[in-house]
Amino acid sequence: MTTTRARGARRTAVRSLMPPAATGPDAGERTPGTVLGPHPDRLENARTYLAHGGYATATAPDALPGLLTRSGLCGRGGAGFPTAVKMAAVRDAGGAPVVVANGEEGEPGSVKDRWLLRARPHLVLDGLARAATAIGARRGYVYLSDPAAARHVRQALAEHPPPLSVQVVETEHTYVAGEESAVVRRINGGPALPAAKPPRPFERGVGDEPTLVANVETLARIALLAARPDLSRRIAEATLLTVSGGGDHAPLLTEAPYGTTLRELASAHGGPDGGAHPEGALMGGLFGGVVAGESLDLPVDPGRLAAAGTALGCGAIRFLGPQDCPVTAAGEAAAHLAAESARQCGVCVAGTGSIRDALRQLAAGSATEDVRASLARWSAGLPGRGACGLLDAAAGTAGSLLRAFPAKVGAHLAAPCTVCAAGFGMPDGPPASTRLTVPVPVPEVPDTPQPAPGQPAGAARRP
Amino acid sequence: MKLLLDSTLCQGYGLCQEHAPELIELDEWGYASVVAADVPPGAENAARDCADSCPNSALRLEN
Repeated sequence: MTTTRARGARRTAVRSLMPPAATGPDAGERTPGTVLGPHPDRLENARTYLAHGGYATATAPDALPGLLTRSGLCGRGGAGFPTAVKMAAVRDAGGAPVVVANGEEGEPGSVKDRWLLRARPHLVLDGLARAATAIGARRGYVYLSDPAAARHVRQALAEHPPPLSVQVVETEHTYVAGEESAVVRRINGGPALPAAKPPRPFERGVGDEPTLVANVETLARIALLAARPDLSRRIAEATLLTVSGGGDHAPLLTEAPYGTTLRELASAHGGPDGGAHPEGALMGGLFGGVVAGESLDLPVDPGRLAAAGTALGCGAIRFLGPQDCPVTAAGEAAAHLAAESARQCGVCVAGTGSIRDALRQLAAGSATEDVRASLARWSAGLPGRGACGLLDAAAGTAGSLLRAFPAKVGAHLAAPCTVCAAGFGMPDGPPASTRLTVPVPVPEVPDTPQPAPGQPAGAARRP
Repeated sequence: MKLLLDSTLCQGYGLCQEHAPELIELDEWGYASVVAADVPPGAENAARDCADSCPNSALRLEN
């Protein structure tokens, strides 16, 4: 249940919130050490990437792990695990390690990974090659579902062949297809469905070898760090964010330092009420649950958000304005998760369906106190019970609604809500994915990249 | 000894819980969850019976 177009013809704007670089030869400029780069609206070819210092040898391969550890870089796929620790686990597991650039973003509210592969494929491939060298991998994969991204990655591989074998593996676009065990199963020739753990991919992954499954933004930041170790803090402590919400207001893909507050982000987005008075937000894709207005002074720092009981996840943030109701927001998230359950785990099918139905009752004004008690019980008891995190996301969404909006939930028990009655509370309301899905920016292709002389265009192979 | 559940295989038969009520809990839909993944001393036989009882081999032991 995936739509590729959001309502109307809204386009996602791309605009950086990064301050000027404070040090280095280009101090005062805004684009050094950023993932958005100087021209986020345009496909960057190999020539331009090389001209801006890409594929350079500023950091020797054996110096990279130390640099990553010192920078504190954490993964950008959603879990936020320290990158250096994950790489060391793969390197130390023995065998012939494999690296996968994971560009399959299943979160409907996120577009950053597909934008990155569409606009800056060389930045990702540079990071992939550097990570591979650091852990001793000779085989790499780029895993994705977006056809435009696949095209641009294949062109980039032909333009500037990497120092290792890199295959592009395409998959169906589903919520769980980017989960790391699903990635491994698909590359191994199976379905893109999560597997029970252990073993985790770092122990046994592609071809049963230790496998580093790294989000494409993480790899992009590795490439930036290697090229500009002098800007390591700026690079490791900033993140891509997909900001949406506010009715028909255009979504925003941005890059911001960790210190940026949610309120500043809402204001930059100009969403509900010009961004002046958001009443809350749906956080982290569907992994951070809903937060209320008083949480909007939190910064987009993964550690600070986790400490406050929410999550940055993959950086997708949907603001709620005066015209929105958090019950509908939580309900639509739960409905999307229930529809996207891989239907492998009985507890996930039963749990996500029950949460969705309970939230729909609440939205319709027909819920009793028992429904609230069930939601509380599921939010505590269901996390960790499925093979992947989808059930945790649904349970977390329900729990966050009860915690952040207790008065709203109480009001919905007492009487139907007019906002919910017009949407999620209707028995056959519009599919949630229609409102949750953000359109992916389409970068211009300024010229046709030329393969380097003597390099066959088939350097990128399909499995 | 560890008792591990593959939740993709659990069909909610519930036989595991009959063999080892101290190790397994069944939820309101009948699906199992392992209460004590690290099998406590003395419960090893119960854990074995519990794993063997699953018609769908959803439970396994690891040392």
